[in-house]
Order: sequence, then C-alpha cells, then structure tokens
Amino acid sequence: MSDSTFALAQLRQSLERLEPRRSPVGAEVFSLGHAALDAALGGGLARGRLHEIFAERDEAGSCAGFAALLGLRAGAGAGAGAGAGSGAGSRGQLLWLRTEAAQQQGGRLQATGLGELGLDPARVLLGLMPDEPALLLAAAEATRCAGLGVLLVECWGSMRGFDLTASRRLMLAAESSGVTVLVLRILAQLQFRPSAADTRWRVAAAPSTALDADAPGAPMFDLELLRRRAGHPAGPWRVEWNRDDKSFREPAEIAPLSRPLLPVVPRRTAQALRRAG
Amino acid sequence: MADARARIIDLVLIDHDPLADQEWLERLADLCLRYTPTVALDHPHGLILDTTGCDHLLGGEAALLADIERRFARLGMTVALAYAATAEGARALARYSGGPAEDEAAAIRRLPVAALELGDKPSLALRRAGLKTVGDIARRPLSAIAARFGEAAVTALRRILGEADSAMAPRVVVPPLSVERCFAEPMARTETMLEILAELAGEAFALLEERKHGGRRFEALFFRTDGLVRRLAVETGSPSRDVPLLMRLIRERIEALADPLDPGFGFDLIRLNVPLSEPLAGSQLRLEGGRVAEAEVMALVERLSTRLGRGRIRRFAPHDTHIPEQAEFSLPALDLPPATPWPSTEPGEPPLRPLHLFDPPQRIEVIGAEVPDGPPARFRWRRSLHDVARYEGPERIADEWWRRRPVAYETPTPGGEAGEMTTRHSLGEDGDRTRDYYRVEDRHGRRFWIFRHGFYNARRPMPDWFLHGLFG
Repeated sequence: MSDSTFALAQLRQSLERLEPRRSPVGAEVFSLGHAALDAALGGGLARGRLHEIFAERDEAGSCAGFAALLGLRAGAGAGAGAGAGSGAGSRGQLLWLRTEAAQQQGGRLQATGLGELGLDPARVLLGLMPDEPALLLAAAEATRCAGLGVLLVECWGSMRGFDLTASRRLMLAAESSGVTVLVLRILAQLQFRPSAADTRWRVAAAPSTALDADAPGAPMFDLELLRRRAGHPAGPWRVEWNRDDKSFREPAEIAPLSRPLLPVVPRRTAQALRRAG
Repeated sequence: MADARARIIDLVLIDHDPLADQEWLERLADLCLRYTPTVALDHPHGLILDTTGCDHLLGGEAALLADIERRFARLGMTVALAYAATAEGARALARYSGGPAEDEAAAIRRLPVAALELGDKPSLALRRAGLKTVGDIARRPLSAIAARFGEAAVTALRRILGEADSAMAPRVVVPPLSVERCFAEPMARTETMLEILAELAGEAFALLEERKHGGRRFEALFFRTDGLVRRLAVETGSPSRDVPLLMRLIRERIEALADPLDPGFGFDLIRLNVPLSEPLAGSQLRLEGGRVAEAEVMALVERLSTRLGRGRIRRFAPHDTHIPEQAEFSLPALDLPPATPWPSTEPGEPPLRPLHLFDPPQRIEVIGAEVPDGPPARFRWRRSLHDVARYEGPERIADEWWRRRPVAYETPTPGGEAGEMTTRHSLGEDGDRTRDYYRVEDRHGRRFWIFRHGFYNARRPMPDWFLHGLFG
C-alpha cells in the first residue's frame, strides 16, 4: 500500500516536472501600438511564446508582412538603437525559416521589402530549408537559442510534421529561452490543427487608405484573434502599419471599397512622374 | 572474345567501368595521403607521390615502398613501384622496367624510347632512326633531336632524366596546419576517436595560438585500415580556438551524415587539418550583454550550417543596381556581413518595394489596360481574377545600357521582317524592353507589383504583363 502511494507521489512529481509552469500573470508582453488591440490582449502579445498566424493562399504576402511586423514590434530586426516596443533590449535578430518549396510558391524574400516595412535587413537571417522535416529541426534548434529575438517559421499547407507535440515542444523551448516564435500557417486547415500556441490569428489584406491620386497607401490588415490561451476570441480589427512610428494604428479614415474600374482621365501621381523622369 | 570463351568455359566477363576505376583510384590516392600530403593522380591508372622530406619518417625510400606494397597487397592490388628524381622518371621506371633500380639514372637510360610517351608515331620514328633506348637519345645533341622530333621530345627527355622539373598538381591542397595521430592497433569506437580528435584539436589550437590565429575551417580525416578515408569538414563563422565548440560541430556533422562513420576493421590514423585560419587576438575579450546574444546567434548559425549545409542559413547583401531582381543577393551567413548600407526609406511614403519577389516574374493575363501608360483594370494571376482598385505608376525601369553587351542589340533576321525581335525573357538585357512598374491594389486590399514589358507599338500591339512581387 505504502509502495503504491510512494509510486503515486513520484509519478505526480515527475508529471509536475513535465508540466510547463505557466505563471497566471503570463510572460513579458510587447504591445502592438493599436489601442483597442492591446486592450483586448491585456497589454500586448506575450514574448517568449508561440503565436500562430493563419492565412489563405492569396493572403500569403499579407501574412508574411504582418508576421514580420509583429517580429519588429517584439524587438527583433530593428536597427541599432531603435528598439521598438517595451524592453527590446539587445535581442534583435530575426531568423526567418522557410522551405525551398515556399520560396517557389510565395516568391523570394526581399531584404529591400523588409526595409520598406521598417525592419533592418542586416538584423534578419534567412534559413532556406530543403524540406519540412529540416524546417522543423531547424526551428527546434533555433528556438533553444536564447540570443535570438524572434523566430519566424513559414509553413505552407497542412504540414503533417507540425502537430500538437511539435508545437508543444516549440512552446516549451520558447518559454525557457525567451525566443518569440511566430508560425505562419498558410493554406492550413484551421479546425483540424490542434496546437499549443499562445494565440492564433487570422490575417487578410484590407484596402489601404488611398494617398494622393488614389495611390495605394500604407499596409492595412484585417485581423481576427481566433483563439487565445488566457481569454476569448476577439476581433475583427482593421489595423494600419505606420512605418515612421514602427507601430500599428487605427486607420485614419474608412477607405471607399471600390472605385470606377476605368478612370476617365489617366492619373499619375507627382511621385510617379518624378521617378519616371 | 568468342575465342577466349571457347578456351575457358566459365570465363567471367565484366564491362570496363572507367568511372568506378576513377573512384577507386581516388580512394587509393586518399590512402596515400598518409605518406605525404602531395599526392597526384596520374590518369588513368597511376599515382604520383612527392615524398620529399617524408620518406625518412618510415625509414627511407625502400621501407616506404615496402609499406606501400604491403598495404596495397592487403587491398588485393598488385602495384608497380618506382622512385626517381622526377615524376616522369619514376613513372617511366614503374611502367617500363617494373620496379625500383639501384642506379636509377642508368636504369632510365636503359629504358626503351616508348618510355618517353611521345605517342606511336614519334616512337616509331625514333626506333627507325636507330635510337632504341632513352640513353641513345640522350647521347645525341639535343638540337638535332629538337629539329627532327620537335620540342616535346626534348622536354620529355629532359624531364625523364631529371634535368628539368615539372610541376605536379596535387589532388588536395596542402593545408597550412595539420596534426595527426597514428595507432599501433586499429581503433573502432567512435567515442574514442572523438576523444583523440579533441586531443588533436588541442594540439592544433596550441600551434594556432603561437601564430595568433584561430581556425575557420577544419577537416578531420579518418584513415581506415582497408584504405577508405572518411573526411569530415566543419566551418565556424568566426576564427576560433575553442575545443568544445569544434567537437560539438564535429558531432553535429557526424549526426547529419547519411551513412554513419563506419569504422569497419578500425581506423589506424586520424588527422586534423586546418585549411583556413584567420587572425584572432591572444585571449578572448570579455563580451558585454549585446555581444553575447550575437555570439549565441552566430553559434546557432554555425550549428545549423554544419548540420544542414553551408548555404542554408543566409544573410542579405545589397547590390548597387536598379534592376529589382539583381538589387540584392543573399550569401551564406557564415561569411562576413557586407559593409554596404541599405537604401533608406522616405518618411511618410508607403512601401515602394515588395516583400516577396518572383524570379522569374510570373506572366499575368491582363484585361483592359489603358494605353499608353495605364495599369490593367483587372488581371488574372494563378487562375484568380483581381480587380485593380488603386494604383501608382508607372515607375519606369530601363535596362542598364552601360552594362549591355553588344550581342543584346536588336538584330534584323535575314530575309525576315526588319526588326523582328528575338523573344528574350531574361529581363533587363534587351534594349527595347523597358519595364513600366505599377503598384496596384485589388478590391480586397492585396497589393501587387506588376509591370508591362516594353511599349505599345506597331510591332507589338499587346505587350506582355508580368507580376513581379507581393507587398506585405
């Protein structure tokens, strides 16, 4: 009898060791800069956790852009001395992992494009993996590296290897190392994909606020918080990226959703003329 | 062959496989690395070793030859060995006299003229002239030989006699630093091997420290008793003299091997080469917080690059051109980061360059584009239709005429219509094919970077449209 109680106690102890100690208050957070969004999240997104971002195939570009911007808010990829977000400190490198197939599908990642969003290309590393197992292996390895700021894993399709166990493993590693892990799930079926992620987002592009001469403006996203470990789903929100402040914000005005398909007079902006000349 | 089969009933026929022969020869060359670092292949079936300064290690030339013969015999190889002052001399002796000679100069002179390896015709001509041996030719005045049989004959003669030196092309470059350990008994346990390798690394790093250098590239060679040589190469992102770091990388490398490090009957020699080293200060400086994170990331890059391949982890580098797909490139993160700054952005502007770029650009089907310089009203990409809601442009990007090669000019096809264009989709090479870029946004807010390739004109009323990038 005493044997079994002893065994039981031991089992409990070992289970306790296995169980992640998640403090109810949560980890250090980074704000997104958007008031309503931050309020709904209770201050911001948790650093050193796993966050998943879902998107349709057509939204792959916006999804990648949003993830990169989240990474920037988390303090990675910012130029020297320009730490965005709270307590960015020195952890400034962003590692972007993707497979060669993803590069075929979604195009080559451009450092100038990252720069146009406000990141410092010199602080971004790109990991181009031959296949999905290598991608997961590299992700597991990188999550354990405490010197890294943000790890971004781009997954296309269902990604059989990235199951509940794999995500939990990533989550545990991220909690101990403090690396914020952003997982892009492009074309993934949401309902069949359990994971240990802290939050789950759906991202889509939204019509931007037009500039002069109806030119496309700053990046605009439709966000939806699908799931959250310590709260309810929320949203949707429409947020605009402000590169100069390196923060998200409420769109300045509601943009008209459509315009005549063929403008009567060909329009050109002054900028375009300047550049064309 | 039918005749041969008739004589021996159970004759086994095997096709000649030059590739396998070549592979085997290279393996043997690796085996010979234990004697000297300068080993060259002598195609198709010879090896040349430069043993200058190495033979005394095995007790002289004769002992060296005996050791080689013993090892090759164990592999089932019958070898003809010879040594001489030059590679050509040694080869001639090995091929045409069948072994080393006491007086090599005299032995070479006794060789038939075929040993000069001038080819069939000159050899025949020499024999017809009554010159049967190398010595016969050597006795003639060289000018006469040169006049009759050409410069090549004289060069070959001088080389075989050891009067002229010829350059040897060793298979592997001699590493600047190399340490090795030889065992009396073959070793089979991987753990033991790694321990010994760590000791070797310690020795190598002590030598490097004297030179104030740290290793960037390391190469571990495991010589198996049966002649196979396994080679493991690892690389670090910054010069290092850290034994645990090196051992960790080597372990990673071993784990990533497709076939494990099979010891077979055991290894009897381990060598550690340091092919590349760079200056490193005498002692590591104490690093501050920020540098520690950098160092950790660098270590991660080293680990991943070792395990998955050197080019897998990359960093970006700008390139000074305005052709979008050439404006930047990526290089292995292990290499030094470039010092060139990135183009800065203007405050208040939206992103003008896409986050993802398609290379090559993807052709789109365009409906209702304004002539001469408007964007399409709608376009089809990847089987879905996009209505353009907003646009900016055109931003004209012409090719770089100052880099254009003359061949890229328009050439009228003979007999055909004047100015018939060669369809050249390698963009930026064709003078006429300027690109007009538009930043467009569709109804749903997705932002694309599309361009029209060339102008509207009589020859091409419908220019091609391409989608080049996606904005974030």
